[in-house]
Formats: sequence, C-alpha cells, structure tokens
Amino acid sequence: MPKITYTDASGAERTVEGKNGMTVMETAIKHNVPGIDADCGGACACATCHVYVDEAFMEKVGKPSAMEQSMLDFAENVKPNSRLSCQIKIRDDLDGLKVTTPESQH
Amino acid sequence: MTGPARIAIIGAGQAGGQAAYSLRAAGYTGAITLIGDEPAPPYQRPPLSKAYLKGEMDADRLYLKPLEYYAEHNVDLVTGTAVAKIDLAAKRIELEKGDPVVWDALVIATGARPRRLPIPGAALPGVLELRTLEDVDRLRPLMTAGKRLVIVGAGYIGLEAAAVGAQLGLHVTVLEAAPQVLARVAGPEISAFYTAEHRAHGSDIRLGARLVGLEGGEHVTGARMADGEVIPCDLVLIGVGVLPNMEIAQQAGLTSANGIVVDQWMRTSHPDVYAIGDVAFRPLTHYGCSGRLESVHNAIEGGKIASAAILGAAMPAIDVPWFWSDQFDLKLQTAGLSTGADARILRGEPASRSFAVFYLKEGKMIAVDAVNAAPEYIVGKKLVAASVRVAPAELADKSISMKDIGARALA
Repeated sequence: MPKITYTDASGAERTVEGKNGMTVMETAIKHNVPGIDADCGGACACATCHVYVDEAFMEKVGKPSAMEQSMLDFAENVKPNSRLSCQIKIRDDLDGLKVTTPESQH
Repeated sequence: MTGPARIAIIGAGQAGGQAAYSLRAAGYTGAITLIGDEPAPPYQRPPLSKAYLKGEMDADRLYLKPLEYYAEHNVDLVTGTAVAKIDLAAKRIELEKGDPVVWDALVIATGARPRRLPIPGAALPGVLELRTLEDVDRLRPLMTAGKRLVIVGAGYIGLEAAAVGAQLGLHVTVLEAAPQVLARVAGPEISAFYTAEHRAHGSDIRLGARLVGLEGGEHVTGARMADGEVIPCDLVLIGVGVLPNMEIAQQAGLTSANGIVVDQWMRTSHPDVYAIGDVAFRPLTHYGCSGRLESVHNAIEGGKIASAAILGAAMPAIDVPWFWSDQFDLKLQTAGLSTGADARILRGEPASRSFAVFYLKEGKMIAVDAVNAAPEYIVGKKLVAASVRVAPAELADKSISMKDIGARALA
C-alpha cells in the first residue's frame, strides 16, 4: 500500500499507509493527521484541505481541475505546488508522496 | 486547558462530533460523553443525497473520525441511545436506556428531523425520507433503473435525489408546491436554470403542484393531485424540510423559538447549557438577526464556538454562512443569505453552465449563488463578509475578473 508522509507547518512528520482510490485528505482524516480540516468532506467546496505537494511528486500528482484551480486561486498562502488534498487520489505510483500542511486552513 | 469536570453532548452528528473534537484539540482533559440516537458514529450527511446515494462511496468513508479516535481521545461515544430528559436542576440527563449522565456543562446538538406530510397515505410502505444513513440504506436498494420515483419537495435534498435518480435510470417526477424549485434558498435565475437542467435529464418537474394524498394498499402505488390526477409510482421520497429536535430542551424549560435560542457563544438561557447545529436559533452575525441554519458550516462553527465558550477561550472566526449542492456535473456554491435582497445581478450566461447571481441589499452584497463558478463564490463570500458597497455594473461584466472586482471593492 502506498505510503504518504504528512509534514505540518512546524516540521513534524507522520507517515501513514494509504489505500488506492482514497484521497490524500481522507487518508489524513482516517489516521488522525492534524492540519487538514476538510470542512466540506471532500466536495471541492471549501478549500480547507490545502497542502503543498513535494516538488519531486508534482508531475506524478498531475494538474488540478479547473474547479480546484479556481478554489486554489483564492485560498490563503497559495504556492505553485499547492493542491487540495481531497482532489488527489492515491495510486501505486504515488507511493512515498510527501505533502506539507499550511499553518492554517482559514 | 482546564474547564468543567464533565461535559455531556447530546447528539452525535457533525455539530456534536465537532464540539468533542474541538474540546480535545484545545487540550481539555475532563470527561466527554457524546450521546447519539443513531447507531453510527458521527458522520457527514451531505454525501447521503449525493455520492453515497449513488453508490459511489462506502459508509466508513462518511465517518468524521475513525472509530479508534474516540477510545484514543477518551471520548465516551454512546450510540443508538436517545435522551429522554434533561434535568437542569440536578445537572443530569436521563437516557432511554442505561444510567443517567451527570454533567457540569451540556451541549445540545440534537439536529432536526424531516417534516412529515399531513396527507393520507404518508405512512404507506414505499414512502421514504432522507436524513440518516439508515434512511439511505433503505432507499438505495430500491432505486433501480426503470422504477417510478415521485419526490415531494424541490429543495436541496429533493433535487439532489432527483439528479441521482435520473442518473440511475429511474423515471423521476418532482412535485413542488411553490412556483419555483429551491424556493427557500435561491433566486429565480437559479431556480429556472435547475428546473431546465432536471427536465433536460428527463425528470418531470411540476411546479405549483398540489399533492393531496398517497395511494396504495400494501405499498404506495400513486400520488393523488388536487385536480384528481393520480401519478403512478413505485417509490415516494419526501423532502419538504426539517423541524428542529428541541422538545427535550423545551421540556427542561430552555427558551426556544424556531429552535433553541442561544447567544453568540451558543449559550442557551441556562448558563452551562449550549445548543449548536441545526437545532440552534443563533445570532446571524452578518445579518443583525437570529435564525436557524441547516448546514455543515453551521455545525462545525457551532461546535468550535461552544468548545471555546466552555473552556473560556477566544471567540473563533465567524464565517459567512455557506452551502453547496452537487447535481449532475453542476456544483452550486452559496455564500450568505439572500432573504431581503433588493437587487440581483447576473454574471455570465446560464446557458454556458457557469454563472453566478449576486444578491444586493442597499448596495451591499448579502449573498451569492455560483454554479460551476468558484471565483464568483469565493470573492462574493469575501464581499458579503466585508459588508462593503459593490458596483453592479462591474459585477455583471465578465471582462473584469473577480479578483479585480474583489480588490477594488475591498480597497
């Protein structure tokens, strides 16, 4: 099962096992990883599951959809490697994925 | 963080769950008892009428926290148990089964229940509602291709279920008493657009419909209209709004209106009792009045505020009310409350399936409905929160970006 590493704004790391088909957001919730609020539960409606994707995985993770890009355009502290973690589905080739959570989701 | 020794939370939905999570996240180490009358742990309701109804997601993906969370964080989760009585003098609650629970602070998050239709046949087998996981687990196996489904009520629940029904190959009829769909929550442009979308997907949307009874012997077979027509059906879904579950609070003597009355800290008329979520009649900070909100935003915010109030922490940020609805490939995002609007500004062409309606009152934006239009939603939400004057001509002009409109209005 693909492993995902979450790093919070203070640098604390947690690595958990993900499941193919589940999202990076759901995997964080399932493992009580702090730093991802996901108020809307993954509907791409609230932008409170914002993460920064490790540069090495940017290409594999792919580009955000138009809707996600619009949500990101207006989120706080957005960087070129920002994504909404509810829109990243886990696959075998994302094994080792590293994401960092922002200081605040609001 | 210190606080009262024992906190009881009645209602284990999104609001009750959030109150427990926020208390623990703030470092509260006292006893938390979280009591729900449903068998499931706290879960998300929005997917029930969307992805979950469609069969695209399993129940455990709905859970707000994994089951282990409650043991690991010492939250005593009591499911499948209704509360019979709140005793304010003795500070305890009596359960319908099991020992009473004593509390020093109490949070009431009992939610709401579907309104029943006061018509003959409303209790026939095959007449269902959609509020809980159990409701959907009953409904979903019956929603098979070719079945004739009558939906009563064209609110969010009714229309989302209609969209799923059409996509699953059912013959869907929606009966709405009002002259437009989404009458309680959206303006005429949005209503007309959704009516047309559902009709294009083959559903029969009847506005101003007057349903007088449901017919059938062992099972519902038809919906009788005031003009005598009987619409044959295999299944009826009632989605005509909800009523707050406030009876135990009223019996305890807590002040109520259309919900349990609370102040900005979600505190009821008793200083150690709070009410949050769908059941709370709360101050609507951005609108200078009070009301009940039925939404995820309100559930989460109420849980955070009650936790802060109980622990004596700072007031969390109060967000503009926000909502969303997924139907077909359309995402409707709403910020604010449009009641009392004196002007509406349309931005974009509904035919393009990406547009927004801004609702203004005395020159200020009070709400936005955005269909597949995230920039309009997000900037609109900021403008509602800021309560600033906006220029209607700019809002309607697609050649000016929402980013620029927002920057100018907030400058």
